Amino acid sequence: MNILVCISKAPDTTSKIAFKDGNTKFDETGVQYIVNPYDEWYALVRALELKESNGGNVTIITVGTAADEAVIRKALAIGADDAVRIDVNPVDAFEVASQIASYAKENNYDLILTGKETIDFNGSQVGSMIAESLDLPYVALASKLDLNGQTLRLEQEISGGIQVLEVNYPAVVSCAKGMAEQRIPNMRGIMAARTKPLKVVPAYASETYTSFESFSLPEAKKAVKLIDPNNMDELVSLLHNEAKVI
Amino acid sequence: MSILVYISGEHAGAKASHEAVTYAKKLGSDVVVVASGNSSDLADLGTYGASKVLVDANVSDADSRQITALVAKAVEATGADTIIFSHDLISKAVAPRLSVRLKAGLVSGAVALPEGDKIKVNVFSGKAFGYVTVKTAKKIIALLPNSISPEATGSACPVENFDAGTGNAAVKVVDKKIPEGEVPLPEAEVVVSAGRGLKGPENWGMVEELAKLLGAATACSRPVADIGWRPHHEHVGQTGLAIRPNLYIAIGISGAIQHLAGVNGSKTIVVINTDPEAPFFKAADYGVVGDAFEVVPKLIEAVKKFKG
Repeated sequence: MNILVCISKAPDTTSKIAFKDGNTKFDETGVQYIVNPYDEWYALVRALELKESNGGNVTIITVGTAADEAVIRKALAIGADDAVRIDVNPVDAFEVASQIASYAKENNYDLILTGKETIDFNGSQVGSMIAESLDLPYVALASKLDLNGQTLRLEQEISGGIQVLEVNYPAVVSCAKGMAEQRIPNMRGIMAARTKPLKVVPAYASETYTSFESFSLPEAKKAVKLIDPNNMDELVSLLHNEAKVI
Repeated sequence: MSILVYISGEHAGAKASHEAVTYAKKLGSDVVVVASGNSSDLADLGTYGASKVLVDANVSDADSRQITALVAKAVEATGADTIIFSHDLISKAVAPRLSVRLKAGLVSGAVALPEGDKIKVNVFSGKAFGYVTVKTAKKIIALLPNSISPEATGSACPVENFDAGTGNAAVKVVDKKIPEGEVPLPEAEVVVSAGRGLKGPENWGMVEELAKLLGAATACSRPVADIGWRPHHEHVGQTGLAIRPNLYIAIGISGAIQHLAGVNGSKTIVVINTDPEAPFFKAADYGVVGDAFEVVPKLIEAVKKFKG
């Protein structure tokens, strides 16, 4: 089974978020980039597990500049066989998706996996857009993925419950919590990653549909109002009369 | 301006659906709803501003290609230039597909009505906002739940059959289990959440009792979901669910930056923690420094007295 795993870089989850150039650009000063957690923990690790039990190949793909190669090596260290970087700094999710779809069209994959969203732009768009561009079925936010012949058996969490789906592959699936457990790369993996193939592909012609014009930070909270732990009537009264939330 | 709203028949009665139709009504005069799957709640969407509902009962909520074909057909039939979704599981599968099919820019995670040509969205997992412009003639907006209040000002509207002829579903639902009577977390107006400070899963009784009294959903921090004290779907935070309830009560959660990212869209935050230095107090509106095992039972009594 040949699996393509789409990965994106993302700022480390402890990053302080700030903007520059009149709040039009993300300020990368001091920011450490990681593999977007959903792409790494769930999509990549589940792809490796499927390969381990069924054979095949796991290729990772990212759309970005040479600066993203550290993140690609990290994903290779976890166990992907090879990597593709499409050499363009993307403007929107549609551009990312159309670049990946163009590459996938030239190379046959049984399964294309993404994380459920990136932790920076949270759009949850790329997987579904790839699926549409390739006219493939798509399942969003799968928390389980098993293989049964030509059929994928998937689970999704819905309203506190579970929905079980079946679809034949090839297909595109976005992966959420529950699908796999995080893997920490070992020294052998890190050494091997240095020499694994990383193919750089020139950008395909594509359009962009949207753009981020500016950013803002949430307003700072007023100082917390401390309530005596023995006076919960006061808390209830404040929630009712002042905050008007109960 | 003609606006189309996609609603799943199954969710037609949900607050998030009422919000989506209300949002559409504020954007344009003529609002049409297109729905997959029939439901007696569909006509009621007229109350929130829909002039009619087009429904195809043969389309499966699990198959994004079928729904995309249905919505695309409804766009053609109505001439809509803006399509609204509620940013939920179905729309995450359908709205991006539709964006590609219609060459219409998609703005996902909108938290407010457009200001001029800019639409405000949640980014960096709730740590910041972005302002997005759409370059295409048609646009699609996926609205985050709890971003605007539903306004019931009209009356029920006609529901018409709309056969989009989308064929057979490629994705099949083989099983579905939904616990009854629970408030779905993303839609909950009040959320009671607890963390490691509760010391063990056996101590969640008081959390559930408080939640029930307040008509709230329960949630938890990541460590608690990771060690299996609570189910994963309750995990809120940067790598879990991002929620924006009116009231978020955090019990025994220190407030790591990753947790705050998922909840700082809440209108009012109450923090109960033994440690006065817990970072969560900086993000809180009301704080109680004290032992959860003493404070929560007192809070339950106070709420009971208030509800009388």
